Amino acid sequence: METQVNVDLTSFRMEARKWLEDNCPLSMREKLTDPKQLFWGGRKGEFYNKDQKDWFERMLKKKWIVPYWETKYGGGGLTPTQNNILNQEMTRLGCRKPHINFGITMLGPAMLKFASEEQKLHYLPQITKGKIRWVQGYSEPNAGSDLANLQTKAEDKGDHFLVTGSKVWTSFGDKGDWIFCLVRTDFSSKHNGVSFLLIDMASEGVSTRPIKLISGNSPFTETFFDSVKVPKENLVGTLNEGWTIAKYLLTHERQMIGGIGDTDKKEYLRDEAIKVLGKNNDILSDTILRAKIAELEMNQEIFDLTIQRTMDEHKAGNNSGAASSFFKYYGTELSIQSEELRLSVNGFNASEWTSEESNNGAQARHFCRTKGYSIEGGTHEVQLNIIAKRILGLPSK
Amino acid sequence: MALIINEEQQMLKTSTKEFLDLKSPLSSLRVLRDHSYKTHDKDLWMEMVEMGWTALTIPEEYNGLNFGYVGLGQVLEEMGRKLTLSPIISTVLMSSTLISLSKNEILKTKLFQEIMNGSKLVSTAHEEGIQHNPNTINSLLSKQGEGYVLNGKKNFVIDGSISDYLIVSSKDESGSNTMLVLVDSKSDGITYNNKVHMDSRTYSDVSFRNVKVDKLNLLSEENDGDSILEKTFDIARVGLAAEMLGSVQEAFEMTMSYLKEREQFGVKIGSFQALQHRSALMFGEIELCKSIVLKALQAIDSNDSNLPKLASLAKAKLGMTFKLVSNEAVQMHGGIGVTDDADIGFFLKRARVIQRILGDSNYHLDRLAKINNY
Repeated sequence: METQVNVDLTSFRMEARKWLEDNCPLSMREKLTDPKQLFWGGRKGEFYNKDQKDWFERMLKKKWIVPYWETKYGGGGLTPTQNNILNQEMTRLGCRKPHINFGITMLGPAMLKFASEEQKLHYLPQITKGKIRWVQGYSEPNAGSDLANLQTKAEDKGDHFLVTGSKVWTSFGDKGDWIFCLVRTDFSSKHNGVSFLLIDMASEGVSTRPIKLISGNSPFTETFFDSVKVPKENLVGTLNEGWTIAKYLLTHERQMIGGIGDTDKKEYLRDEAIKVLGKNNDILSDTILRAKIAELEMNQEIFDLTIQRTMDEHKAGNNSGAASSFFKYYGTELSIQSEELRLSVNGFNASEWTSEESNNGAQARHFCRTKGYSIEGGTHEVQLNIIAKRILGLPSK
Repeated sequence: MALIINEEQQMLKTSTKEFLDLKSPLSSLRVLRDHSYKTHDKDLWMEMVEMGWTALTIPEEYNGLNFGYVGLGQVLEEMGRKLTLSPIISTVLMSSTLISLSKNEILKTKLFQEIMNGSKLVSTAHEEGIQHNPNTINSLLSKQGEGYVLNGKKNFVIDGSISDYLIVSSKDESGSNTMLVLVDSKSDGITYNNKVHMDSRTYSDVSFRNVKVDKLNLLSEENDGDSILEKTFDIARVGLAAEMLGSVQEAFEMTMSYLKEREQFGVKIGSFQALQHRSALMFGEIELCKSIVLKALQAIDSNDSNLPKLASLAKAKLGMTFKLVSNEAVQMHGGIGVTDDADIGFFLKRARVIQRILGDSNYHLDRLAKINNY
């Protein structure tokens, strides 16, 4: 029996490998050099080039955009083990993800857990086809770290909600089609008056304004709701119990941001340093920088082991405590430190902002962008509060 | 291999903890120190021998338990929690490991027997300078008749004052081969200068003057001296990191308890955010420590070729974290933390000594960079 399973998995691996080799265009196996090389889909989605289009469409036909969702929701129906194998094979070849969407990484998991069957059948297949680009409406001007203080209200008007208020830090709000929003449906209770609502951004009364960051780019917007009519059936889960969904989703978000460092190649910093600075007697010529790089690489390597250990403990049925707050804090901190060191490695060149050689100041702008990592998805300080209170049990008073 | 310990290893850890809770609480260290810096409790050591701790890493063909270094690591971690004084580092972690790598089967069989039944203690004498250096060996082993004579000086020999045998690293007359020899610690020509350090433990400077060495007492063959030494050091570094992991966790937990009971300004001091955030940061560092120690212990048992890198990662990370946590532990205890009455200071003092043994964090960061070719 077990042998039969192993045989099946091996043949799945061989089939997946062959299919990927035959179908993934060579340029889609190269390391990303520009955010545009990711396809976000949606109504305004455009392909960067033909290879990207071919790759997306072939994976779509294969139902491997979200390979691990059930087929009735548009997924590929792969088991977790098959999905791992597929991921391994994609990593082995260096295949880029065919489609990136907060609908896959954030909304999807929450819908699978909290939405009605009817909602799942309606929304999830659209996500797997890349038709709808989802964005997140959580933070507000006065509800950042204190998220539950949100004031955007949804009034019950019989057959619909009337939504009024504003959100900030909407990632790619101007490019989104639909927004999953936390709204206030009861002002008498802080945490128990929040609901989880899906809103079409094409509705009358919805508008966005880009927020220009210190990087000079605008990956976030403000999003305004001026008496927006939202059908009742767009409510996910129970009225006033949206906070539970919000927290569940935040855990996914923390893991996603904490994992940012993973996409950077681990050898990158030292290799770059060797290339730029050179060696003296086999030792990096800047010895102080060498020590700092060695310490960062030590922590990166041990952090990866810690992710592995936590997963292994989870599989074995014990949860030792290293929670998503810790991974969000530490993972982003390593990315931030790494970019800080890259500035030192590249010296005068690192701060270039507009030249063509510097790819429009890619490094400097990316450095500036990393300063947000310790703020978005819950600031460093909020994560440390959570660890102190929930894991260490330190008192509030 | 999954980064978790198995059921048998967990049982060993639990039984070690129960044993030490009863027989060697943290207060034992104070008692031994206050009795003229006694090196250890001999009766307790014989109980540890009976529990099989000296046989854990010895293979079955020598009648050992063949439990592996992940197992020994669990014992060392629990001993680190109690800062237990015992010859386990010198005799088991360093010397027994070195012996196991030797091809001298006759000596091996005899020494394993004596280590397992607790009749002999063995120290490894290597260092010659004031910092760890695996490559500087000036001690000289010269041929004389059928055997050899040993001349040289060794520093910082762990348990040198109590061991029955010393394993000494030296060079042959060509200067190119590293020779590892076993000598009886009472041999003519050996003199000791025993020094108590900050951690209440005794380390010896040992001089060898024309000490006769039988040719049967060579633990290395012509070319394997350096590789035996290097592997012994890497294994021992991981074992030391396991001990430090126990100490770090204990110091941290004692401090968290203190933050929950001590009141100032009418509230528990653990409610202050300045202390909460520093505590949360220590929690994270300790999580990292657990991962690298287990990974490195597993690498010893699976003969992983990455052991040198993992050993350096473990020793560097634990050295830095033990320093951080022992400093914060004393600071968060406030005035009481710097009094001799409080036990927390013992962790600070142990941290500063064990950090140096077989290379401090700076040494190992440098080694990591070299391993990665920069």
